[in-house]
Amino acid sequence: MTALGVVGGIAQPVLIVAGSPVLVGVMRQVRAHLEGRAGAGVGQPWRDLRKLFGKEAITPAGTSEMFRAAPLAQVATTLVVALAAPFVTTDSALGVISDLFAVVALLAMGTTVLALAGLDTATAFGGMGASREMTIIALVEPTLLVAIFALSVRVGSTNLTDIVSATLHDPARVASPVSLLAAVALVVVVVAETGRLPVDNPSTHLELTMVHEAMVLEYAGPDLALVELAAATRLAVFLGLLANLFLPWGIATELTPIALAVGILALVVKVGVLGAALAAAEVFMAKLRLFRVPELLAGSFLLALLAVAASFFLA
Amino acid sequence: MNSAINTAGAGLGTAGALAVCTALVATAAPARVRPVVGSVGTALTGAAGVAAGIAAVAGQSMSVTLPGVLPLSGVSWTLDALGGLFIAVTGAVAVAGSVYAISYTRSHGLESRGVQAVFPLFVAAMLVVPAAASVGTLLVCWELMALTSLLLVLAEHRQRDEVTDAGRWYAVMTHLGFLAILAGLLTFAAHAGDDSFAALRRAAHTMPPWVAGVVFVATLIGFGSKAGIVPLHAWLARAHPEAPSHVSALMSAGMVNLGIYGIIRVGQDLLGGGPRWWWLLVLALGAVSAVYGILQAAMSTDLKRLLGQSTTENMGLVLVGVGAAGLFATAGQQVLAGLALGAALLHVINHAAFKSLLFLAAGSVLRATGTRDLDNLGGLRAGMPITTGLFGWGALAASALPPGTAFVSEWLLLQALIHGLPSSGGVTSTVTAIAMPVAVAAVALTAGLAVATFIKAFGVGFLAKPRTEAAAQARESPPLMLAGMGLAAAASVVLAVLPGVVLPGIGSAVAAAGVGGESGSARAAAGVVTLRLVGVTGALSPLVLVLALLGASLLTAGVVRAVTAGRVGGARRVARLWDCGGGPLSSRMEYTATSFAEPLQRVFDDVVAPETDVDVDHHEESRYLVRTVEYRRRVPDRIEQRLYQPLLKAVAAWGVAGRGLASGSVHRYLGYGFYTVCALLLLLAVTR
Repeated sequence: MTALGVVGGIAQPVLIVAGSPVLVGVMRQVRAHLEGRAGAGVGQPWRDLRKLFGKEAITPAGTSEMFRAAPLAQVATTLVVALAAPFVTTDSALGVISDLFAVVALLAMGTTVLALAGLDTATAFGGMGASREMTIIALVEPTLLVAIFALSVRVGSTNLTDIVSATLHDPARVASPVSLLAAVALVVVVVAETGRLPVDNPSTHLELTMVHEAMVLEYAGPDLALVELAAATRLAVFLGLLANLFLPWGIATELTPIALAVGILALVVKVGVLGAALAAAEVFMAKLRLFRVPELLAGSFLLALLAVAASFFLA
Repeated sequence: MNSAINTAGAGLGTAGALAVCTALVATAAPARVRPVVGSVGTALTGAAGVAAGIAAVAGQSMSVTLPGVLPLSGVSWTLDALGGLFIAVTGAVAVAGSVYAISYTRSHGLESRGVQAVFPLFVAAMLVVPAAASVGTLLVCWELMALTSLLLVLAEHRQRDEVTDAGRWYAVMTHLGFLAILAGLLTFAAHAGDDSFAALRRAAHTMPPWVAGVVFVATLIGFGSKAGIVPLHAWLARAHPEAPSHVSALMSAGMVNLGIYGIIRVGQDLLGGGPRWWWLLVLALGAVSAVYGILQAAMSTDLKRLLGQSTTENMGLVLVGVGAAGLFATAGQQVLAGLALGAALLHVINHAAFKSLLFLAAGSVLRATGTRDLDNLGGLRAGMPITTGLFGWGALAASALPPGTAFVSEWLLLQALIHGLPSSGGVTSTVTAIAMPVAVAAVALTAGLAVATFIKAFGVGFLAKPRTEAAAQARESPPLMLAGMGLAAAASVVLAVLPGVVLPGIGSAVAAAGVGGESGSARAAAGVVTLRLVGVTGALSPLVLVLALLGASLLTAGVVRAVTAGRVGGARRVARLWDCGGGPLSSRMEYTATSFAEPLQRVFDDVVAPETDVDVDHHEESRYLVRTVEYRRRVPDRIEQRLYQPLLKAVAAWGVAGRGLASGSVHRYLGYGFYTVCALLLLLAVTR
């Protein structure tokens, strides 16, 4: 644990929690502009959160502790990832858990507790959302781990800080076929994990199409605020991981105010640009049928496998 | 006989003596006290086994030879670290299972003499298998284990018809497996000229490669069938669920491990490695078993059957580790081989802990509700809060998510596979370069499906609303059953948070298997708080992970409480569920286990090949008015249908054809004998 890591461990969670609703606001605004609407403004998600936190806490009849604990657990898993993974600084506050497998499993854990909460409500919507979400998670996992495999074999370690520093020291890696194939595979994974189009539509409430929204339908007030915040931070964390795995430049490698400022700015710009690009792409896309999603994921799995093959045969 | 009295020898001897005494006393005792006597005796047997196993792992060795007991070869036992590890695991599972059984066998009509007397013998048989030091001893102990477990599987055959069917499958398959082991090891012993393991080890290097290959494949079939490896898994998903739950726990968490033990003992220790294709075969079988097992479990709606199928999955993961270890060892990568075998052994221990917990909890559910069908359960958290909590922890431990137990061992396994590729300094060969990514993909798919499976088991079975009256009436189990589950849960928590405490033991077991370098000190991973791989880069600290998660949860809860001025933590208003304005929701509107798994079933339609029937009954007046709809779904085991059914049919046809030979005439039978002798003499005359 270095001083740089500790500073990063404080700056990263604060930045990600504070910035992720803004990211969601930016993405909605980009979408609104492209669709010819004025949009509610970048600050709207934060205003929504403030409103929700001000409301009364509600327990739907017949739900248990599981239902009440799930939003907390999801925020907590995302916070731990924001703390441990290298977003602003190359060193990690908790280097012993900044392992890529641990990070991925933590993020999956967050989805899983929410699925349990969905089942706990005993409504058809909750069960439906949970069932669909778990199907997607089960199919995303192989792609994710094989893509990680492709990225980590060259470094000889699955630790995120090692992977990021290796890319910093050897920029040529980014342009290699391994990286490009793995990047495409990971983009699909991130879209699926964060529930964006074409896998899930974050703004729908139509029972035929919703996945994430169906699971959280019973949440209201402060609980809903936590669920929304967790969804936003997960999006920011996934985009941040994607950015720093392939384009880590700007990340602070030493403990100076300028380096830290550059690190924070670089993360904001990278995640902002990725988010805006994702939002712009979504305008031109329709949601896939649920049973078409496995085909998309199988395609990305193939790319990830090709990336591993390339790491051996083109090495 | 070794004169030095040590804990390893004394423990094992005590375990054997206790088991026999318990069996005798349980036979004589009246029915009222029989469960207490039998279970307490078995718990002590298990505890003695744990002591012996730990002593062996810590470095004590023990050797006993009793020449007069068996004709020809005698009986000999030697305890080393590898065997000690398996003995300790079996003993620990037996302790948890027996404490549970004190109450469980009383309430379930299981206080019969047969069950109570055979149970300690089954535990003792499992404890002495890993100590066997000659072919004859191993085979006798193995058969004793098979027979006692068969009797226990059949315990409830009067109550349910499926038990008899399961027992028949188990009896046939376990004996076919026994035959395979017998053939393999006798071939080996014939080449060595002696049946002691020491002689086999010496002879392994002078054996022709094809004979070694035959020995390995035959024993792999036999031991693999005991471990429930695809395609020899058909008995497991039948017998494990039909046995009484404490026996299911012992079979699924203890007995299957001995199949893994046999493969490691024969392949690595006695045969000393062998060519690459052996281990590729093991790796492939492991990967297929893992994916197929968990896929069947994901489709299953029977709680105990689901757990049995998940055993096939976990043994598959263990075999992936064993296969990878063999592969690395043949390429001379001893550090990686040690890491992979260490990961496999850690997974054996972890699986034993969480699977015994899950089976015992499933037994409590069965006792409280009378059903194992997830579609008829639900809402158990209200009546059985402690069991719900324990099963929830077991489900988390089984689904490879942090901070669960399986997460740690699967992390180690993936580390071994990743470091095996040439670009990260591993083995330089095309075969490895193809095998490793495919293995990682299989492990990853298994992990993803395991999450879905255990979310289903826990979420549908224990959360939500009760789907039947029986589930609504469920009451918490008696304290001793909770204590048995609590022991398994505590072990599982320790393994999840501080896996470092068992790693030194695994290191010595790996060294005893002859993997991981000559020095014998090559440890898979070191450190109690932080797992730090030795020889390759990689570190993970489950304890820090748990603390970070706890800290983050508390921080979030505190912030939310401050922001909302205490409204979230305090009393909440209860509101109606959103019912689309259609009146109160009933439990019939809930998602069931079948509907939960339906999307996955559709995705894997080609693999699982489900059989669905929809019967629509129309009104007489109009075809457009539907009176009733009946939907039936069955997910038959496809491998079983394609592989076993034709085989069984062929055997049956052969039997019918053979009936023509037996006409009942004595003259004819004498004639058969005469012509057979003539044919044999002719054969001898020609070949000699």
